[in-house]
Amino acid sequence: MGLMLLLIVLAPLFASILVGVFGHKLGKVRSHYLTTGSVALAFLLSLWVFKVVALDGTIINENIYVWAEVDSIKMQFGFLIDNLSVLMMLVVTFVSLMVHIYTIGYMHEDPGYTRFFSYISLFTFAMLLLVMSNNFLQLFFGWELVGLVSYLLIGFWYTKETAAHASMKAFIVNRVGDFGFILGIAVILIYANSLDYIQVFDRLEVSVVGGKGDLPLDPVTQALGLSHQDLIALLLFIGAMGKSAQVPLHVWLPDSMEGPTPISALIHAATMVTAGIFLVARVSPIYEQSDIVLNFILVIGATTAFFMGLIAIVQTDIKRVVAYSTLSQLGYMTVALGASAYSAAIFHLMTHAFFKALLFLAAGSVIVAMHHEQDMRKMGGLRRHLPITYWTAVIGALALCGIPVFSGFFSKDVIIEAVHHSSLSASGYAYFMVLLGVLVTAFYTFRMIFMVFHGDERMDDQTLLHLKESPKVITIPLILLAIPTVLAGFLIGPLVMGDFFSQVLLPAHNVGEGMRDVTTIMVAERHPALALVREGYHGVLSFIGHGLLSLPFWLALAGIALAWWVYIKDDSVADKAYDTFPWLYRLLDNKYYADSFNQKFFAKGAVYLGTSLWSFVDRLLIDGLIVNGLGRVTAWSAGWARRVQTGYLYHYAFAMVLGLALMLGWILLALRSV
Amino acid sequence: MMEWPILSFLLWLPIMGGFGVLIVGDRYGARQAALLVATLSFLISLPLYFVYDSAAGTMQFTETFRWIDALGVHVNYDLGVDGVSIALILLNTFMTLLVLVAAWDSVKERIAQYMAAFLIMEGLVNGVFMARDALLFYVFFEGMLIPLFLILGVWGGAQRIHATIKYFIYTFAGSVFLLVSLVYLYTQTEQGSFFLPDLYALTNLSESAQLLIFLSFLVAFGVKVPLWPLHTWLPEAYAQAPTGGSVMLAAISVKVGGYAFYRLALPIVPEAAHDWALLVVILSLVAIVYMSLIALVQTNLKKLIAYSSVAHMGFVTLGLFLVFKLQGLAFADAAVSGSVLAVQGAMVQMISHGFVAGGLFLAVGMLAERLQSTEISAYSGITSRMPVFAAFFMLFAMANVGLPGTSGFVGEFFVILASAKAHFWVASIAATILILGAAYTLWAVKRVLFGEVNSSELNQLQDINRREFVILGVLGLAILVLGWWPEPLIRLMEGSIREWMMMVSPSDLMPAMKGNS
Repeated sequence: MGLMLLLIVLAPLFASILVGVFGHKLGKVRSHYLTTGSVALAFLLSLWVFKVVALDGTIINENIYVWAEVDSIKMQFGFLIDNLSVLMMLVVTFVSLMVHIYTIGYMHEDPGYTRFFSYISLFTFAMLLLVMSNNFLQLFFGWELVGLVSYLLIGFWYTKETAAHASMKAFIVNRVGDFGFILGIAVILIYANSLDYIQVFDRLEVSVVGGKGDLPLDPVTQALGLSHQDLIALLLFIGAMGKSAQVPLHVWLPDSMEGPTPISALIHAATMVTAGIFLVARVSPIYEQSDIVLNFILVIGATTAFFMGLIAIVQTDIKRVVAYSTLSQLGYMTVALGASAYSAAIFHLMTHAFFKALLFLAAGSVIVAMHHEQDMRKMGGLRRHLPITYWTAVIGALALCGIPVFSGFFSKDVIIEAVHHSSLSASGYAYFMVLLGVLVTAFYTFRMIFMVFHGDERMDDQTLLHLKESPKVITIPLILLAIPTVLAGFLIGPLVMGDFFSQVLLPAHNVGEGMRDVTTIMVAERHPALALVREGYHGVLSFIGHGLLSLPFWLALAGIALAWWVYIKDDSVADKAYDTFPWLYRLLDNKYYADSFNQKFFAKGAVYLGTSLWSFVDRLLIDGLIVNGLGRVTAWSAGWARRVQTGYLYHYAFAMVLGLALMLGWILLALRSV
Repeated sequence: MMEWPILSFLLWLPIMGGFGVLIVGDRYGARQAALLVATLSFLISLPLYFVYDSAAGTMQFTETFRWIDALGVHVNYDLGVDGVSIALILLNTFMTLLVLVAAWDSVKERIAQYMAAFLIMEGLVNGVFMARDALLFYVFFEGMLIPLFLILGVWGGAQRIHATIKYFIYTFAGSVFLLVSLVYLYTQTEQGSFFLPDLYALTNLSESAQLLIFLSFLVAFGVKVPLWPLHTWLPEAYAQAPTGGSVMLAAISVKVGGYAFYRLALPIVPEAAHDWALLVVILSLVAIVYMSLIALVQTNLKKLIAYSSVAHMGFVTLGLFLVFKLQGLAFADAAVSGSVLAVQGAMVQMISHGFVAGGLFLAVGMLAERLQSTEISAYSGITSRMPVFAAFFMLFAMANVGLPGTSGFVGEFFVILASAKAHFWVASIAATILILGAAYTLWAVKRVLFGEVNSSELNQLQDINRREFVILGVLGLAILVLGWWPEPLIRLMEGSIREWMMMVSPSDLMPAMKGNS
């Protein structure tokens, strides 16, 4: 089994290296066959692993090699494959495969064709490394490597100033999150002396019934009034906020749209940005110990879900609409985590991966047809020209809005329900925000659909003349993604309502008397939100029936209707709204001024600080006053020598030898008496 | 144990070879001869790794005989290495070889002298890493500066004289203190000895003597590393030195400072080091943040790498002095205090920094050779013209950023983990390197590699040739291997560090304290 897992991880890596190094020799066709083939292999093997792990119920926990053994701490690479990781493996390899195929069509004219394939295969490797890890070290490796590939891909068209800037920004903002992450790992090591998930769970005593094992508090956590579990949970979540683009570390994701569309689908919608969600779910036993951090997560997630959705309303670039929508949906997942509905978060992660990848790829198909025009104001009426793109996009849009039977409905509804039932103090705010968010989501989604596919054809004649449906390599992935977009919701039974994520990682009897089992996803009894939702669950059909009668559905319909009214029926409404609330438009159009604040405060501040330190401390104080001052004093005291010798070096050397002799004598004398 | 005096070979072969090359002169294949010597030295150093019994962690391959025995002064020719020395010797022989290959076509004048200087320096630096006698150490420690000054002063840039003098003032000021301290220590030993174990065993040092000795070590070695605020020689020296000089300064010369802390300062005066550890910890943290901020605003690539270099070396001193903040501390498992982790981190960081800073300087040297400029503004969109070079530069940049999978991650990771054990805020400040390091490195990358090719000179750039490919490739490989599998390096040093820990640990402090009272 270990070999097969290695093959899953390494196949994309080898393909990536081969194509990266010999791409120009292999040529385009062999390059894309090699990389796509490797990912297809990884997908098929993941299916096999799914059979073994999910259907036969075996958990695999194997170490591969010792990375470093220092101070009796063994840091290893290894795999922990349970239902959570195998589900992620399937999502990652499937979406990656679709994107590989799609790329053949999308990038076929690009001079960086083979480089692009090399990157996305490398990404697949890194993402698999991340989700399959059995320890925090390898997790961090994967975490940073996906960040690296994201950086390389955002800056793929590196001659463009905006792309180069966006890539740098993405990396640095992510690093702010990683700052928290690495400290989180450090605190874990203090208390657990291990980086292995299961050992950490064991030693952090997460299995103590009622939570909060009594490990020693160190001065820091005491000073902050936090338990060590609080501190660990908080620090790791800061990492998650960076990768999963939660407010205020969200600023990099919209700019990441500078990259080619396929990677927006793969990295910046379906997989990498959900790594933060995965992380929290993976270590849910730790988060269950910390209500204070769960509250924090609720607030951050809810804020992101609603306020980022609002920005999508004023975007005119089709990719940016989808990007802000991704931010908002990541907010929903985060809210689910805060409500201890981890399985709902993972469920939404999965459905979102399908429908958002679909929407991005559909947007890409539109962009290709429009000859790389991304401004929706220059589109319109495309549904007649791009029927497959249109219908798949509509399916994606309906799923995104949470219209029943589409997958998004199930995953979003269960999140809203869970937040509703949560007893944490921030849940009221979160519930309100995610409910309003539904309206906003429906509005911006169908605003996009209507602006792009309906109404008048606003493009120039030249473009209009050449409009045609994209080739099969592009439409087939759309169709293949549309299938799970429709159907994946029906997995709600086992995934969220059932015990799919209750595999036992560390049996209670191994820990001690009166302990609980540590399971894949662990929910404390004092966080009953999802349990209450489960009680009211009586099968998929009744869930749909219930959904049709509940508020979110009607809010979604209202949002769609509103979009129809504004963008189809009466296009003067938008202008009127703008005239009435110009400040609101400006606020949203400037993205709450987050970018300009960061630019002015952090970026300029750091440069200012650097310049000041350099010119005042380094040059003026140290060099000017002390070094040159010493030099002058030496030269002065060696003044008489000036007539004898010339050249600075001799002055200094002479003075110093003299000084040396004096000092030597003085110290020896002084110390003899001690 | 081998009967063969392998250490003496490693010491004298490059030095003799260097003089040989000097005598041969420019005309008769000086480059080939130098390369032969450097290759032989590297090959001779390899068995150290394989033969050394790292589990024991003791001084091995030792050689001893009387060197000076006149006027009542005894100095021994005492050589020996532990795991840490071996790692550094390997780094030295490896980097020297690369630097000589890099100089093959690019140094146009006085090639024989250039190569000879590097060979002699290699031998002397090896001497530093293997000396077990304090005065012998001092001789090598100072001696290695002579070829370095020559390299800087003869083959350097326009302001090389100023840079050399500044470097000289700094190092000389430091070594004055060092010599005084060593002489004083000599007088305190029973029979008069510079033998390091004798100095470690000194128990009759007064508190004030210890303090003065520690402070003089701090200045002498702090200049080398360099510690803030003893660093202002470094940006100028790095920027003015020829490529090979910058590489050896960054990869080797500053390591001598870190090694000297490890070999002399901490074991000889552990009590004073213990008392003053907080100062060094703070200075290291200042170095990390302060140098990173200054690196951010540099307009010259070499200066940028220089400041970045100082910031990264902050992890070395931080790791070393954290030891004193970690002893006796243990949270979950009494056996693990994190102090070995801290020192391992410092040592791995030294090796890694040699590869990374070396790689960056070599890469910048290749650019400078093509365009005669190291100003960032002279470059733009290099990737379009030099894709292979760009790939390597990106790899070195990522290693500089400390990305996992590169060697740059390992040491910093260990030190951050260990420092969190000492104090959370120390770790928090150290971890800002994640953000700041990314900021200055990637901003430079963006300006140099990305963007449009905006001048005709840039348009004519040729990608790296086969020789350059080999140099960068070997370094890149070293960075990746160390990043994905640091275990062999860690195994090499773990036993020695544990041995060393005994010399600086509180239990060892006790008799010394008694000696005071």
